[in-house]
Amino acid sequence: MSSTSTAGAPRHGALRRTPSGLLQDWLPRIVVAPSLVVSLVFVYGFMLWTFVLSLTNSRMLPSYDFIGFAQYARLMENERWWVASTNLVVFGGLFVALCLFLGVVLAILLDQRIRQEGALRTIYLYPMALSFIVTGVVWKWLLNPSLGIEAMVQGWGFETFSFDWLVDPNMAIYTLVIAAVWQASGFVMALFLAGLRGVDDSILKAAQLDGASLPRIYWRVVMPCLRPVLFSAVMILAHIAIKSFDLVMALTGGGPGYATDLPATFMYTHTFSRAQIGLGSASAMLMLGGVLAILIPYLYCELRGRKHG
Amino acid sequence: MKVLRQALLGLVAVASIGTASAGEVEVLHWWTSGGEARAVGILKDLLEEEGHTWKDFAVAGGAGSSAMTVLKSRAVSGNPPTAAQIKGPAIQQWAELGLLGNLDKVAEEGNWDTLLPEVVADVMRYDGHYVAVPVNVHRVNWLWANPEVLADAGVEMPTTWEELFSAAEKIRAAGYIPLGHGGQPWQDATIFETVVLSVGGSDFYRQALVELDPEALQSDTMIESLKLFKRLRGLMDEGMPGRDWNMATSMVISGDAAMQLMGDWVKGEFSAAGLTAGEGYLCAPAPGTADSFTFNTDSFAMFRVNDEGAHEAQRDLARLILEPEFQIAFNKIKGSIPVRTDLDMGEFDQCAQQAMQDFKASIDQGTLVPSMAHGMALSSAAQGAIFDIVTSYFNASDMTAEQAAERLANVANSAL
Repeated sequence: MSSTSTAGAPRHGALRRTPSGLLQDWLPRIVVAPSLVVSLVFVYGFMLWTFVLSLTNSRMLPSYDFIGFAQYARLMENERWWVASTNLVVFGGLFVALCLFLGVVLAILLDQRIRQEGALRTIYLYPMALSFIVTGVVWKWLLNPSLGIEAMVQGWGFETFSFDWLVDPNMAIYTLVIAAVWQASGFVMALFLAGLRGVDDSILKAAQLDGASLPRIYWRVVMPCLRPVLFSAVMILAHIAIKSFDLVMALTGGGPGYATDLPATFMYTHTFSRAQIGLGSASAMLMLGGVLAILIPYLYCELRGRKHG
Repeated sequence: MKVLRQALLGLVAVASIGTASAGEVEVLHWWTSGGEARAVGILKDLLEEEGHTWKDFAVAGGAGSSAMTVLKSRAVSGNPPTAAQIKGPAIQQWAELGLLGNLDKVAEEGNWDTLLPEVVADVMRYDGHYVAVPVNVHRVNWLWANPEVLADAGVEMPTTWEELFSAAEKIRAAGYIPLGHGGQPWQDATIFETVVLSVGGSDFYRQALVELDPEALQSDTMIESLKLFKRLRGLMDEGMPGRDWNMATSMVISGDAAMQLMGDWVKGEFSAAGLTAGEGYLCAPAPGTADSFTFNTDSFAMFRVNDEGAHEAQRDLARLILEPEFQIAFNKIKGSIPVRTDLDMGEFDQCAQQAMQDFKASIDQGTLVPSMAHGMALSSAAQGAIFDIVTSYFNASDMTAEQAAERLANVANSAL
């Protein structure tokens, strides 16, 4: 985005063709060209290459024996892939929903002109400054039944207390949600707080004069104004969810068994440690499809919005 | 496309690639932890005494999987290292691609055919030619124990599974965790293959986990093994999932846990804690597997090189690896045993001496089997598929042994 705006800089050099004028004329293009080439090759070129590989029977090294869509068929029969995909739906859905809910609530509470707002804001935003690896390791210890919360509460005398989600194959996916929500909801809060501050006071005053209650004002008047913020938040959260890799590696390592495998970890395992580059590429293409399914409607709305606005 | 691919992968691979000068070997390995690095240092010194240059190319992490990723990108870019730590059937895969050099001359001079056990030599050969050289032999089917905990619970080192289960009850009653374990797929698979070996014997093990015979995988013997395997889970603590193997070992060292089923690399942890074999810690063949030996051999494969100096250095490297001086010095540090059976084991600890004795016996009896869990038996794809089933069966409460066996047979049928 930012690179195209540089390219569109005013071109007063076109008026007088001195050498410096010429340079000024060409400079933006020269500056932008390498990054354009780099992203063409490394992003779009590799996407294409991955697609090509997903049609081959590549194993340890890339090969070019084309076998059509057989790798996709194998993927559909692979139980672990379905576990990973289901996990993504559960994890992604809960992660986005909980982050939005907590973020909005926190933002509204902080918006009440309270004391020490700056300090509180920093506290909530701080988890975002950590990498997912750190978050994962910390929560791994907290959630470990023999070290963390369970052991602590039992140590207080509640012998029957049990909180062993991390080691329960059916519940482990929710521990990922807990850690990810802890990390990202502060960021959503910051987005919404900025949005709330941008809402014109006169609208609020008008609503108050009309006798609307505070919750009603927020629900009916303020939130609709924040639709663009909501949109950005959903986009950012959704792609964090799809790309989640480091959190899984640090928190559960995909376990117990492969109960917390996500498509990203599935792809990595099969491509790089199991010598099934073809199958891994096929799964990568399906992930790309997932990202596009979210991105294209978003771009469509954005661009259509621009035209009207 | 091809030129582009090579250029890009070259970039992705390690940026600093010097030009090979006469007598230089670049060695890719993943021995980066304290003791391992010291062990590989011995080889470096020996090679430099011969006048060659050793260029270290160590890639840490993931028990070699990161190193393999780097190796692949180097190979695709047409610039593989001179020698690389590659093990098991992966050697055949690399040789199939025509990338490995021929070591027949060194092998003939060094008389490898008589020096190496046939089962091990087989892994090193492709199409009848030596392409790799073995460094060591790890035994995987071991049971380790803390003698103080056993004494406190009033039990002896178990030699059968039933003894193990009854000892475990007493150990638990005395307030200890009977079995220290880390719930990672490869560790689950390590216990699984040991159980299969003890229940079915070495012939069954080969049928099921080396040849992937669907009938064997679905047989009653396999179902019995799976049930026993699952019973062992009851002896572990609930904080086990995701734990690293060395953390499980330190539970045994500290006396939190009584025993651990793991290969002999755990000796590194025991000796780092200042314990000696037989006193500070006990070792015994895993229950029911005293007559067999599951081996895990590290090896170096030599890549095809054109440079005569590098070729010379490669041959010297291969020769030095099998010489007694290196075999003894290296394996004492690494915790493994020499791959040649004609050496004096006097300098080794009690566990290594027993391992060597059992190694020789298993060669004679034909009960020496490659470890499936450590990449000695199957392609990485098949191994991964087995891991998936083993680990999910081990952890899930809703999968029966029959279902797991059926899924194992399906893997075998799906021709990976």
